[in-house]
Amino acid sequence: MPVTFKVNGQTRTVDVAPDTPLLWVLRDELDLKGTKYGCGIAQCGACTVHLDGAAVRSCNRPISEVEGGDVVTIEGLSTDGSHPLQRAWVELDVAQCGYCQAGQIMSAASLLARTPNPSDTDIDRAMNGNLCRCATYLRIRQGIHRAARMAADGGGRDDTGGDGVETDAPRSLMSDLSGSVSR
Amino acid sequence: MQTTQVNRRQFLHVSALAGGGVLLASSIDPFARLEALGTPAADFAPNAYIRMTPDGIVTIIAKNPEIGQGVKTMLPMLIADELDVDWKNVRIEQGDLDTTKYSGQSAGGSTATPNNWLPMRRVGAAGRAMMITAAAQTWSVPETECTTNAGVVMHQRSNRRATYADLLAKAATVTPPDLNTVALKEPKDFRIIGQGVGNVDAMAIVTGKPIFGIDVTVPGMLYAVYEKCPVFGGNVASANLDEVKGMPGVRHAFVIDGTANLQGLMPGVAIVADTWWSAKTARDRLRVAWNEGETAGQSTEGFARQAAELSGGAPQRSLRKDGDPDAALAGASKTVEAAYTYPFIAHAPLEPQNTTAQFRDGKLELWSATQTPQGGRRLVAQTLGIAEENITIHLPRMGGGFGRRLYNDYMVEAAAIAMKIPEPVKLLWTREDDTRHDMYRPGGFHNLKGGVDQAGKVVAWKNHFVSFGSGNGFAPSAGLGATEFPARFIANYALDASTMPLGVPTGALRAPTSNGVSFVVQSFIDELALAAGKDPVQFRLELLANLQPEPPAPSPGPGGRGGRGGGPTFDGNRMAGVLRLVADKSGWGNQRLPQGTGMGVAFHFSHRGYFAEVVQATVSRAGQVKVDKVWVAGDIGSHIINPLNAENQAQGCVLDGLSEAFAQEITFERGRAVQDNFRNFPLIRITQAPPVEVHWLTSDNPPTGLGEPALPPVIPALCNAIFMATGKRIRSLPLSKHNLSWT
Repeated sequence: MPVTFKVNGQTRTVDVAPDTPLLWVLRDELDLKGTKYGCGIAQCGACTVHLDGAAVRSCNRPISEVEGGDVVTIEGLSTDGSHPLQRAWVELDVAQCGYCQAGQIMSAASLLARTPNPSDTDIDRAMNGNLCRCATYLRIRQGIHRAARMAADGGGRDDTGGDGVETDAPRSLMSDLSGSVSR
Repeated sequence: MQTTQVNRRQFLHVSALAGGGVLLASSIDPFARLEALGTPAADFAPNAYIRMTPDGIVTIIAKNPEIGQGVKTMLPMLIADELDVDWKNVRIEQGDLDTTKYSGQSAGGSTATPNNWLPMRRVGAAGRAMMITAAAQTWSVPETECTTNAGVVMHQRSNRRATYADLLAKAATVTPPDLNTVALKEPKDFRIIGQGVGNVDAMAIVTGKPIFGIDVTVPGMLYAVYEKCPVFGGNVASANLDEVKGMPGVRHAFVIDGTANLQGLMPGVAIVADTWWSAKTARDRLRVAWNEGETAGQSTEGFARQAAELSGGAPQRSLRKDGDPDAALAGASKTVEAAYTYPFIAHAPLEPQNTTAQFRDGKLELWSATQTPQGGRRLVAQTLGIAEENITIHLPRMGGGFGRRLYNDYMVEAAAIAMKIPEPVKLLWTREDDTRHDMYRPGGFHNLKGGVDQAGKVVAWKNHFVSFGSGNGFAPSAGLGATEFPARFIANYALDASTMPLGVPTGALRAPTSNGVSFVVQSFIDELALAAGKDPVQFRLELLANLQPEPPAPSPGPGGRGGRGGGPTFDGNRMAGVLRLVADKSGWGNQRLPQGTGMGVAFHFSHRGYFAEVVQATVSRAGQVKVDKVWVAGDIGSHIINPLNAENQAQGCVLDGLSEAFAQEITFERGRAVQDNFRNFPLIRITQAPPVEVHWLTSDNPPTGLGEPALPPVIPALCNAIFMATGKRIRSLPLSKHNLSWT
């Protein structure tokens, strides 16, 4: 069944079984591999994308329900990794394995669009559907706060100790760490 | 996806065109020499590969599989620091499995740091030495007068300087130094080691680049699912293959006979289709009659019943006996008896198991999310009758490992499917496959007796450990080392074991053995501290100071396995150091806590790392547990190589441990796993994640690994905190079975 919808600003038509989840259309038909499969039952959030502006789980969303919709995936969040969340994630070195992080960032982007300066409670509520098996939750929280500050500062380079998008150089972020080193 | 090997050579060719023909040879040669260095020297096993080009870029091959432990960033840091180049000019490429170039290409046991700390630095140091020699020869000055700084060689007296890129042609003619004697930097001169260096794949991760195993695409590739018997070890009697073959998109459907190896190619039905969703949809219509086999008679209930019988009887064998524990118990001022148990649990890495395979002209090419590519290649070769030299394995980034990908069952399944069809194929498991066909962390049962004397000192400790296995052997990861703490620290000590048969596959889960036994040992120590009327920290410090004179040679016992969770290398003084530090940082004993709030402490030694942790938890009248905060103190040697990642790993370990303790359990009925997905096998969520404060105590020891050792102590520290908060002693996991819930 042909289905037409927008993905990252482009109109695409796919011809697949109507019960095919959006996730598998994105990954295997449109070659957008950034959206991940984790559970298939909307329990983990690795497959989170934006549909008509709202964060949704794409693993249990049949493509037949996406006809005419407007989908944004991690690949469409910015063209160059410059979204404040992407920059904050890199600066704070949020990821361990990284597998869940596209879904985390898409959920966080939806939160920041509604609540530009979220509290920890706001963050917990918005992010509770996204599992991180490596349990990087503390830095996810930190990352959302930092991205909110960046956005409030006009999307310019962050002045709180990070190095912006250029992240190849070694950076001492000891001031951001929770603890200490002693002999 | 092209192979990395091909890309590498193409890149070198292209860079020659861009940089000029002369520069090509000079840019490659010294590093080809470096590459050859490790081959003849048996004591220099890891053999890294460096490539420098005239544009000043230094490309370092990261040889080990990346599962989120940060090794793809960390190993190149060691080379780059000694090579003395600017990290911003370093590019990292993931190496394929190549045993002619590298050794130790695996992710497991927190071994990458201890095994590579010196070898990787020596490779970098050799490169730096060659640059100095090249400069000294060019300038006709003594090498000893030359210094380096961030990719530049300098000769102070003549005020000359040259970049490494300038020196490549000359360096190509230099005989490389002996890696075993090459001079290393003084630690004070480290510029990269000890700095917080971001994950080299961070930008690719946050922009959704196809870097994981599940993302691999090969032209013309089909997609496969694989249905195995829900009862472990069962095989296929018959299946409605014709009906399945008629389903939309299905290209192949066939039975694979498989083997009896529970960690290898189990029998099953493969369905191959144009898309993964078509394959999965067809699988919903698959009907298989299974020969379930003997394991169908096993269950969690049955295990518990047998454990109770074995616990009540005489132990089948002794793993260790020091002094006279029975006499010491009889003479003790106070004795405590307790039975502890922990359940089977699953690994549940977020990226489901997968491998992409292409079989062409007798050669097999695999892109596999594996922690042990070398073991995988051997398994594939032996199972499918293909020579190892005809198997190529590429190592994509992995969405977590936790020990699950030490086992290559999915790799051999993909290979078996690919060898039956003309097309390349990606095998991808469902979450349900992953939960129901794990190599589970085995459960265990511990029957403890301990005694303290009038001064409150532990005088006796006995443990009858009831586990799984047959004959004198334990099932994988179901054993206990004879040197496991508190062995050697109590004069009268006995460790006995009994086992029952197990048909369920088991294996190593992050901090194997330690993740279960730490709960038992550190909880029981708290019970003895209570009996002794002593503060739990003080009681532990006294125990750690009680190393027995001339400890008897460890007797591992049949199937016993020492070392990993204790053993002769355990140093009570190092543990006392982190215990004091965590007590200090957490304000242990200095705080008046509100009613319903308690602090608990525990320590554990595993994977060469010393960790002590304090948990503060509040328990409501309704049984809602809130972990307020966790403090961690760790001693992993002289350097925290990458503090940015080290903190992340330690925090992740702690939260993972809480996750295990709270609600994780795999149960079995009629030989099948009952749980199937995150709805009944829950992971910790962000609302449940407390602050975790991490402190390091550096010591005069070589640096060791961090993927695992911070995990074990948090579980007993939490249980001890719950006891302090409520008076309720937790002797079995998960906590959800004790009318406790988690906020």
